[in-house]
Amino acid sequence: MSMNQRLARVSEIIDAHGAQPSQLIAILQDTQSAFNYLSQEDMTLIAQRLGISTAKVYSVATFYENFSLEPKGKHIIRVCDGTACHVRKSQPIYDAIHDYMHLTGKRKTDADGLFTLETVACLGACGLSPVLTIDGEVHAKMTPDSALALLDTIRKEEGLAK
Amino acid sequence: MAKGIMIIDGVRVPFDGEKNVLAVVRKAGIDIPTFCYYSDLSVYGACRMCMVEDTKTGKIEASCSMEPRDGMSIRTNTAKLLKHRRMILELLLASHDCSCTNCAKSGNCRLQELAQRFGVRHVRFPDTRPRYEMDYSSHAIFRDPNKCILCGDCVRVCEEKQGQGILDFAGRGSELQVMPAFDKKLSETKCVSCGQCAAVCTTGAITVNDQIGTAWRAIHDPQKRVVVQIAPAVRVAIGEEFGYAPGENILDRIVSALKIMGVDEVYDTNFAADITTITEAEEFLQRLQAGGPFPMFTSCCPAWVKYLELNDPKYLKNISTCKSPMEMFASVLKEKYAEKDAADSRTTYHIAIMPCTAKKMEAARDEFFHNGTPDVDLVLTTRELVDMIRETGIHLDELELESPDLPFGLGSGAAVIYGVTGGVAESVVRHCLPDKTKNALRQVRVSGIRGDEPIREVTYDVGGTEIKIAVVNGLVHAKELIADVEAGKRFYHLVEVMSCQGGCVGGAGQPYGLTAAKRERGKGLYAADASALFKRAEKNPVVTAMLADFGPQWCHDHLHVHYGTEE
Ligand code: SF4
Ligand code: SF4
Ligand code: SF4
Ligand code: FES
Ligand code: FES
Repeated sequence: MSMNQRLARVSEIIDAHGAQPSQLIAILQDTQSAFNYLSQEDMTLIAQRLGISTAKVYSVATFYENFSLEPKGKHIIRVCDGTACHVRKSQPIYDAIHDYMHLTGKRKTDADGLFTLETVACLGACGLSPVLTIDGEVHAKMTPDSALALLDTIRKEEGLAK
Repeated sequence: MAKGIMIIDGVRVPFDGEKNVLAVVRKAGIDIPTFCYYSDLSVYGACRMCMVEDTKTGKIEASCSMEPRDGMSIRTNTAKLLKHRRMILELLLASHDCSCTNCAKSGNCRLQELAQRFGVRHVRFPDTRPRYEMDYSSHAIFRDPNKCILCGDCVRVCEEKQGQGILDFAGRGSELQVMPAFDKKLSETKCVSCGQCAAVCTTGAITVNDQIGTAWRAIHDPQKRVVVQIAPAVRVAIGEEFGYAPGENILDRIVSALKIMGVDEVYDTNFAADITTITEAEEFLQRLQAGGPFPMFTSCCPAWVKYLELNDPKYLKNISTCKSPMEMFASVLKEKYAEKDAADSRTTYHIAIMPCTAKKMEAARDEFFHNGTPDVDLVLTTRELVDMIRETGIHLDELELESPDLPFGLGSGAAVIYGVTGGVAESVVRHCLPDKTKNALRQVRVSGIRGDEPIREVTYDVGGTEIKIAVVNGLVHAKELIADVEAGKRFYHLVEVMSCQGGCVGGAGQPYGLTAAKRERGKGLYAADASALFKRAEKNPVVTAMLADFGPQWCHDHLHVHYGTEE
């Protein structure tokens, strides 16, 4: 989808909410659902159309954790951060993946755009902890090594060398 | 408006229309500490420094967000409150880059003042914040996020007074910061360089781009002939930093100080303002004949020009093609000093002392660069000059008075009022009105063109045509006016816009001050006009002789600029 097509879609979303500044959050939510993330161009357009400052839109988008400001990778990894998983050492798993992806600062997506790393609250699978999901599929009783092995497999399937 | 009596620390204090308890307490002579309260802006209520205690319930509440009620009884300095205030300060200092000794804001910093006042001597919490990158990208201002205490004053001034919304909060919790959208550098935003965020900042987090070092290097370079022009608004404000009252005109002391500092020649921007009036009035009369384009917008305020350029370029054709007085001065100097430079093989170095941070941006515009050098070499703000004078140790009140040098030190009363809102329009009107009597001047003076209101409208009869003029101060109001013009609700022939409240007297390069000080400065300029030798631009003998000598072609080429076109 070209940038223009994307912005046309954003414009429709804005119209659907009557281009009302009071609907800013709803507009951001719908835009996020449509594209998985909010681009600078999306936010700039939203600000223009609603007649508010871009800094204000950015302020709201960065206040709520649900908004993502970078494109997500092809595969979404969510490491459970619930109490049970935490106690059974989910943090080292997260750290291992973080290193594997060469993430720095606040970035959550790797340079290839292949993986996005997130945490998630209790998945209700505490009996199998520590757990993580890849694209929604639950993987139980993980260790740092077994988690990285999963990622290696995906890389191979995608035809990317290790 | 509510009226009644409050009991403050056991004393009965009447109130009448004060908008919050804070104002009543301050009226009672007690200086409640605040960070996020700035009387000219909306109430934010986040810093919690201004808490007071209810005598009956013992509850503590932010006085800036409380309405005064009859019979309300509060205390302002209980043990609980003092402890609370100290705790806030300690937490702020824990995440603050406390480098007061070399901070530009030291001495004018609210955080420093209150930490001292509440005797915070050590901080028990470790600083865990990451170091944020500085933003040196703007010509006008400098951002150091490590000094920000998140009071939000800059956010509100930029949005509420200037209508720009460049800065806002981003993130949340411990990661909350004030920044432009997408954490961009200011130079990548639509910031117009008005500097008002720096003028209200409670700390050293936003300060004026300091170019004092460059100024000293030029002054100390024997190869350079340093020539200074001083803008009208500077003379009635700079004294505030040296114990003079706001509005007191101390131009002659400043000239004297500059000479002692080693500046070669000191001139008055008023000289160029007279040229601007004549040129702009001519242009206006031409537009009247040609039937437009209207409204003609004044062009003296670079932040305003920048605003249109970035947000509404279709109006660039409405902006007067006259350069600002500062740049006209530069054109004259270039023309006149080329020979002088050749004769003694020194280079003229031109410093403009301005009340304004946006002038730094103006001087850096491509239009004002020729052969790779800027027409104005350096713009210093009033406060930078204050710092330089302090550095020298010169006592202004002990100096012999000295007038600006001739020939470019001569200006009319119509020029000196350029520094106050309505002044440019009034000067142009004086020039355009066929009636040249004293009485005509008086009538213009009381026509409503002067005053505090953000938008003022006046009408004059110029040779049988009814001329409609609007005067605007504060960019947010300029936006408002454009919207109305666009909607066909208003029509004007001429609109004067100054971005800062009160006009240039309220510029961000001036000593820190609130509305009352700005008003006094404006009065100081009107007083200078009243006592001026001549009150019309065209009465300036040096200007008229020089323009005649230069001829129309030179004027056309050197006094005009076309923003946003290929020319
Ligand atoms: S901002 Fe204020 S407290 Fe902070 S270093 Fe500067 S003067 Fe000191
Ligand atoms: S300089 Fe003016 S426009 Fe720029 S951020 Fe500060 S207040 Fe806003
Ligand atoms: S930059 Fe200054 S005015 Fe703005 S929030 Fe920070 S401390 Fe307050
Ligand atoms: S804590 Fe991880 S699944 Fe419950
Ligand atoms: S001044 Fe009242 S909360 Fe900041």
